[in-house]
Amino acid sequence: MGEREIAIVSFAEVIVERSDRDDCELLLPVLKRALGDVGLTQQDIGFTVSGSSDFLGGRPFAFVMATDVLGAWPPIRESHVEMDGAFALYEAWVRLQHGDLDTALVFAFGRPSQGPLHDVMSLQLDPYYMAPLRPDALSLGALAARAALDAGLTSEDELARIAGERRGVPTSTSEPYLREPLRAHATPTLRDGAAAIVLAAGDGARALSKRPAWIRGLDHRIEPHSLGARSLTRSVSTEQAARGAGALGFGADVAELHARFAHEEPLLSRALELPASTRVNPSGGALAQDPVMVTGLCRLGHAARAVHEGAARAIAHATSGPCLQQNLVCTLEAR
Amino acid sequence: MSGPVTRFKSPVRFVFDVPAGPTVSRFLAAVAEGRLFGQRCPTCAKVYVPPKVACPRCGDPLSPEQLPVKETGTVTSFCVVNVPYEGQTMKLPYVYASILLDGADIPFPHLVDAEPADVRMGLRVRATWSDALGPTLESIRAFVPTGEPDAPFDAYKEHL
Amino acid sequence: MNRCAVIGIGQTRHAAKRDDVSLAGLVREAALRALADAGLGFSDIDAVVIGKAPDTFEGVMMPELYLADALGAVGKPMMRVHTAGSVGGSTAIVAAHLVQAGVHKRVLTVAFEKQSESEAMWALSPKFPFQPPLLAGAGGYFAPLVRSYIRRSGAPPEVGIKVSVKDRKNALKNPYAHLLLPDISDEVVEKSPMLWDPIRYLETCPSSDGAAAMVLAAEDSLGGVTNPAWVLASEVRSEPTMFAGRDQVNPRAGRDCAKALYAGAGITEPRRQIDVAEVYVPFSWFEPMWMENLGFAPENEGWRLTLDGATSMTGDLPINPSGGVLSTNPIGASGMIRFAEAAMQVRGTAGAHQVDGAKIAMGHAYGGASQFFAMWLVGRDKP
Repeated sequence: MGEREIAIVSFAEVIVERSDRDDCELLLPVLKRALGDVGLTQQDIGFTVSGSSDFLGGRPFAFVMATDVLGAWPPIRESHVEMDGAFALYEAWVRLQHGDLDTALVFAFGRPSQGPLHDVMSLQLDPYYMAPLRPDALSLGALAARAALDAGLTSEDELARIAGERRGVPTSTSEPYLREPLRAHATPTLRDGAAAIVLAAGDGARALSKRPAWIRGLDHRIEPHSLGARSLTRSVSTEQAARGAGALGFGADVAELHARFAHEEPLLSRALELPASTRVNPSGGALAQDPVMVTGLCRLGHAARAVHEGAARAIAHATSGPCLQQNLVCTLEAR
Repeated sequence: MSGPVTRFKSPVRFVFDVPAGPTVSRFLAAVAEGRLFGQRCPTCAKVYVPPKVACPRCGDPLSPEQLPVKETGTVTSFCVVNVPYEGQTMKLPYVYASILLDGADIPFPHLVDAEPADVRMGLRVRATWSDALGPTLESIRAFVPTGEPDAPFDAYKEHL
Repeated sequence: MNRCAVIGIGQTRHAAKRDDVSLAGLVREAALRALADAGLGFSDIDAVVIGKAPDTFEGVMMPELYLADALGAVGKPMMRVHTAGSVGGSTAIVAAHLVQAGVHKRVLTVAFEKQSESEAMWALSPKFPFQPPLLAGAGGYFAPLVRSYIRRSGAPPEVGIKVSVKDRKNALKNPYAHLLLPDISDEVVEKSPMLWDPIRYLETCPSSDGAAAMVLAAEDSLGGVTNPAWVLASEVRSEPTMFAGRDQVNPRAGRDCAKALYAGAGITEPRRQIDVAEVYVPFSWFEPMWMENLGFAPENEGWRLTLDGATSMTGDLPINPSGGVLSTNPIGASGMIRFAEAAMQVRGTAGAHQVDGAKIAMGHAYGGASQFFAMWLVGRDKP
């Protein structure tokens, strides 16, 4: 585990229903804001890393275009993960452990409005056995929701309540099913978006922020791909990552969970052993706004913002893959 | 019993609806009227044709002012394409070139309609427009030689 | 920063079509060989870092999710890197960082491409909206750069041909190489069709199915391995795709990356101190171009190294003893093969293409519009 003190000092996001801008136009103001809020420019940054997926726009090398709005001159140390931006933050956190660099810029962008996202995500599945059947992401979510309901972990009433709270609108079990047992309110609200986070180490972080959100622990784990080879009612990889990140018994004031479906919240809360005193997803989470590939990084950003604004401790969670296959947990604290 | 399965087809068809974004949209609207323009970086003063969202070097948004550029330019480099590929619309062989328009500070790729043997670095060319204009760079049918003397190497060596 | 060493290396048989294996079978073939080389099993591995070029190549979105099982990643952290053509190198560097940062003791890193499962030309040269379909694959982009280099340097036209022949002859000594052309000669290359003039067919890389894997370990976790390849330094640099006045022939990102790399390893005279290099040369002319970019030759004189024979197996700076990208090109894995081959050289395990007594070797990868660079130096002796 990392020895060096590293904190999230800045976070900016833009989330819109459907962007008429391209990735670069969406990203540029977010990068400027994340850096500008702490008085930095790209040239002050030691390491830059991003997350995105080409399949959102159906064409390769989306991240290459993003290189053209960074102001990457003189050339910069830069990397990219074809994952949610939360995993890019993990790469940055590891890189800063080396001690030779003091700051990192992490960003992500995604515009699911460009294509039939729920159907496109079927291409994440085993290409020989599963993908040819083309189950969409909503159907897989419903499959897991059914398992959670049958195991008595939640109820349709609870799903409606969670969805209502996150979305800030009245919800009811009298609404029609979208994919039984899921109603539309219990599924993600797809949005276009971009987000950026600035990480800084040690005294540098203290100089940039009055109240840095220090990373106490950060870990992520993956489970078997096949839905038949893992439990859909217990998030084992979240439990493992939670242990690695020191999230169990952490006593967070706030937890930002990357739950794309309402039933995933109780599942994740249980894996993280969240006490009743922890506020879950005050931002609304993915049920309110799901800028795919950015959503996980936004959870880190919102959890950090809670610390910036006075919380003592916060937990952020991000996920990747069908039905919570891969999970990342980060513990953040004020010092 | 059949033999081992080594390969099967799993066709995928998704339709993507991609917005051009305001920057590209403004430029393509001009192209549809048979007009080209550039935009200047407020920091390094370089003129980009086609305009970009930001100056890639400086990371700053380009000034919105539409600067006129000429339809003539210089071939900075080129290759002769002899290899067919799926979806290709050009007849082989064809010349794919980087063209530095007069008034621009960065070349952009397009076709040169000339015998491949007659195309050189430094060749002076002029845009010829298609009969059917639309919001696409294909509205420029190709660039053709102007017959002027070649530009000296020093005039474009910073654009390789 | 903790020391990190390569203790296991594996490659697949590379071929135009590996119809005998699935995607999982392909990556597993390389991973199991790397583990066997290290004398380890999947249970000894703490984390997996996988890389490949665009997902559109195989039509599988974020394939690491499906490949987690086959790579023994279940219950572990798994990362997926994508930095265009440099990805194989970047992936190895991310894995090395995990060890160097003290996060893990042993990391498995894998890179692959199974280009036969989709249409690579489509993936590399799609009909982007709002752009005319002018290009024809990567060659259409890089050929004008080659022309610019020839003009700038005054290199004689046979340089590209010499590189092609040298690398293809080297490949004949590499049991994993894809393209084997026993009858290769200057004349054969010269008479091959001009695809993207000035680039001939035999001056281009093939399209391969293949994977490469390495096990990276901390100093206290080498197990029984007595000939580790120590990571002396690694660096990455990126610059924009295009900007006014950008030098695409000799990009600054590559120059800066090499300079920082040498500084990190205490190298002051790269040409003399580095014994062998595996350099990403997808089109023959990129050998002389990269010789200059990497500081092995003064500007406009890289071609002399090729013509003088310095870059041949018997020269003072053998480049691509494995046969290079010109002989084997599973795109996402090509960079990692460079990094792995460099490690093989200093471990003394390169077999028939071993450079005698190699102590320090370079692995190099680049991608995008010659804008993303990843490099490492590995050494026989502990730093």
